[in-house]
Amino acid sequence: MISRRRRYEILSERSIETLIYLCGISAIIFVFGICFFVFREGLPLVFKEDTNFSLGKFFFSTEWFPTSMANKRYGALALIVGTLTVTILAMVIAVPFALGATVFLSEFCGGKFRETLKIVIELLAAIPSIVWGFIGLTVINPLIIQVFHVPVGLNALNGAVILALMAMPIMVSIGEDALKAVPDSYREAALALGATRWQMVFRVLLPAAKNGLLAAVLLGVGRAVGETMGVLMATGHAVNIPFFRDDGSFNWGWMFESVRTLTATIAAELGETSQGSDHYRVLFLIGVLLLSITFVINLTADLVVKGIRKQK
Amino acid sequence: MHDSPPKIKVEQFSSWYGDKPVHKEISFHVRANEVLGIIGPAQSGKTTLLRAINRTLELTAGARSTGTIQVDGEDVRWVANVYELRRKIGMVAPLPVGLPLTIYDNVAFAPRCAGLSRKSDLDALVEKCLRQAALWDEVKDRLDSLGTKLSGGQQQRLTIARALSHQPEILCLDEFSIAIDPVTTMRIEEVLKELRKDITIILVTNLTQQARRLADRTMFLWNGEIIQLDRSEVIFSENPGNQKTYDYVHGIFG
Ligand SMILES: Nc1ncnc2c1ncn2[C@@H]1O[C@H](COP(=O)(O)OP(=O)(O)O)[C@@H](O)[C@H]1O
Ligand SMILES: [Mg+2]
Repeated sequence: MISRRRRYEILSERSIETLIYLCGISAIIFVFGICFFVFREGLPLVFKEDTNFSLGKFFFSTEWFPTSMANKRYGALALIVGTLTVTILAMVIAVPFALGATVFLSEFCGGKFRETLKIVIELLAAIPSIVWGFIGLTVINPLIIQVFHVPVGLNALNGAVILALMAMPIMVSIGEDALKAVPDSYREAALALGATRWQMVFRVLLPAAKNGLLAAVLLGVGRAVGETMGVLMATGHAVNIPFFRDDGSFNWGWMFESVRTLTATIAAELGETSQGSDHYRVLFLIGVLLLSITFVINLTADLVVKGIRKQK
Repeated sequence: MHDSPPKIKVEQFSSWYGDKPVHKEISFHVRANEVLGIIGPAQSGKTTLLRAINRTLELTAGARSTGTIQVDGEDVRWVANVYELRRKIGMVAPLPVGLPLTIYDNVAFAPRCAGLSRKSDLDALVEKCLRQAALWDEVKDRLDSLGTKLSGGQQQRLTIARALSHQPEILCLDEFSIAIDPVTTMRIEEVLKELRKDITIILVTNLTQQARRLADRTMFLWNGEIIQLDRSEVIFSENPGNQKTYDYVHGIFG
């Protein structure tokens, strides 16, 4: 015989379990819901007949004229290249700084100073991207023009600097966790063997924390790829592959060219389209592309964190 | 041998973690080429003493000390080059700390940090140290696999090989047998018997009988104070001359 009280306990335990289960399920439902929605709005274009759109042109043509009256064209190559350019440039700037800051924070400073620095870095992470865009317009862009003596105008470097600043806090805080996870006994063992602090950092800490650090970088990349407002305001918004001049020669000043990213295109154009139009659908296809990119990046980061990457 | 200047000389040494005192003005010395055993219950300050000698104690925030520790007549606090001091001392921790490197790189770590880079020199040194630690035959075919994949006893011998890799004059072992089986323990004891011919050994041990087997002299450290320091025959005799020592050695310490 189960007593009344015991029955009540079982019942409440069951209902709490169910509740938690529903919460977990709902997260999955939301993710799938979003994917479903984006795919549903975008995919019909791929199978539509009598349209100027084709997947080949989408990926390999640079001609993006979705609003042309006579001849609409939907080539997203320049946008893809724009996103890649700005993201990679941002990482080239951000990774060394973030790594330096991470090592400094966790190994070379202590006490109050370190706590203060961490708070400042977290504040940096809390700045809305529109404010970053604003800073890019009014501070960084004039600075770039002055320092590099380039023509007035917004450019890829400007956007990359902003993305770097935005991605750095997340990389530093996750990177610091990765270094903190390395046991102190490693540090002491290395130093007891006569290593200097730098030798200890480069030969023991970084190899030991490499998975966590890689994950930090990947999450930074994910942050940069998905960022919209900041780059929309800062990169100049010209559909342009920056690496070639009109005559086809390599453009060494590519980072001072104006570019446009995938995200910025959606943000700028979706409001003007009519629902269900080809233009509307192609923007959702760009959304599908972005989703896939960030999905792959996050999945890789996840696998890296779990250390599934085979060690030798 | 008894007339040679002490290898390590500790005078009026006191230490604290924050406000918590550990050692209380202890003084003793270690002779060149002797094995000094240190026994005593947990929390007596044995590990802290070793960390003070190679100056890794200062890595712990809040740790302080007074008094002097001299190695070869030089106060460790004022040595010009702390890295050189640390290379003079090999350190083996209670639980093997396999750096996340290959077996080869574990042993080559200290020489590389000291600037040795010729492959042939490193190869020779790695082999020599692994042989000294009685590990060579077991790992010579897999020097490129991770050190952490070895068994506990093998890892501990790896850390001994590593501690020998910078050719130290002093070897400090901190309860090295705490996590390994008796057979491996006996193997390492054989290794130490070989090593004692060339270097000075400080053997902190949780097995009092180990000090009896290996140590020339044994120190009984309790609660940060030296209760007794004498030749091992005396410490482990039926009449060491100190009731606390007798009780501890005979397992009736309360
Ligand atoms: N990192 C540390 N921080 C604070 N206290 C410590 C630390 N390490 C050891 N202690 C304290 O110092 C005392 C001596 O410890 P230890 O030297 O490890 O003793 P033993 O090696 O003899 O067991 C103990 O009371 C211990 O709690
Ligand atoms: Mg100890």
